[in-house]
Amino acid sequence: MEAGIADMTMQTASGLAGTQLADADFSEVVATHRPQIFRFLLASTRDVDMAETLTQECFLKAHRNWSGFRGDSSVLTWLMRIAINLQKDHWRNRRLQFWRTTRTNAVDVDEAGDWLPSGERSPEQQLLARERVGDVWRALEKLSGRQKSIFLLRYVEEMDIAEIAQATGLSDGTVKAHLSRALGRVREQLGGRA
Amino acid sequence: MRDESNKAEKATQGFAELDDPNLRGALGEFKASVHAWSDAAYSAARTAPARPAIAWRRTLAWALSLVLASGALSGAVYERHHQQALAQQQHQRELQLEHQQQMAAQQQRASEAEDLMARIDSDVAREVPTAMEPLAQMMTGDGGVQ
Repeated sequence: MEAGIADMTMQTASGLAGTQLADADFSEVVATHRPQIFRFLLASTRDVDMAETLTQECFLKAHRNWSGFRGDSSVLTWLMRIAINLQKDHWRNRRLQFWRTTRTNAVDVDEAGDWLPSGERSPEQQLLARERVGDVWRALEKLSGRQKSIFLLRYVEEMDIAEIAQATGLSDGTVKAHLSRALGRVREQLGGRA
Repeated sequence: MRDESNKAEKATQGFAELDDPNLRGALGEFKASVHAWSDAAYSAARTAPARPAIAWRRTLAWALSLVLASGALSGAVYERHHQQALAQQQHQRELQLEHQQQMAAQQQRASEAEDLMARIDSDVAREVPTAMEPLAQMMTGDGGVQ
């Protein structure tokens, strides 16, 4: 009897220790990947408030399912997959709740293109860079949600094709096709300026 | 300057499949721009939560909706009152017209009756034809025969 109780205590203690370990792991995951998830969602929505809200939802969902994460893909790929699905759900719900469309805080493409890293550039170079960044944003506006996500994962987050395929649940070939179409659009948009 | 070119190289190092230098440069700048924006927004979000802005906008939205709703309601009330006043005026005009028509009909009837009476009087007062003159002379003043 005493041995049984001791066993149970040991199991509870190891369970608690496991939970604490998992929580510690997850805190590290949040600290490491939160800026990246926020950046992807910000680039997808151009809305700081929405990106912040969706990032919180993403990590909440990830925390609830953390014990089920088997490590088939990298943690970042898994988080990106959650973020993409959340974003898709969000837009689907928003389309249904048509009156909420007036509450979007997304900045326009010109304003988004104003952000440039500080560096030693001449005013002309800065203007040119701003115009080119604005062109890329304008090209992104013409892409479907999926193409946009794939483009951002590749050229902003620098994920490789296999990782993007895992994050989006598509095959490598489909990802390449979407990427090629997206690049075509960007090239077309830049063509007028080149 | 060297530092700047290193940054640009670093920004485009993952775009090896792109053979167009213009496109490669634009994507590198785009990536750097998104990173700069995200870094600034992320640190701002960490230091000051976005809630007050949302709350402020929500309050403004509510106030505007309230103003719009009260405007619509008072407009509807005014319109209804105006319609009622118009309907009342119309009704009064109709009553007045009907009254005038009744008066005119009454006057016409009265004048017709007077005409008829005058005609009857004139018929009764007509002189006796000459052929009846001898008989008339035989009549006494009180209607008897001499």
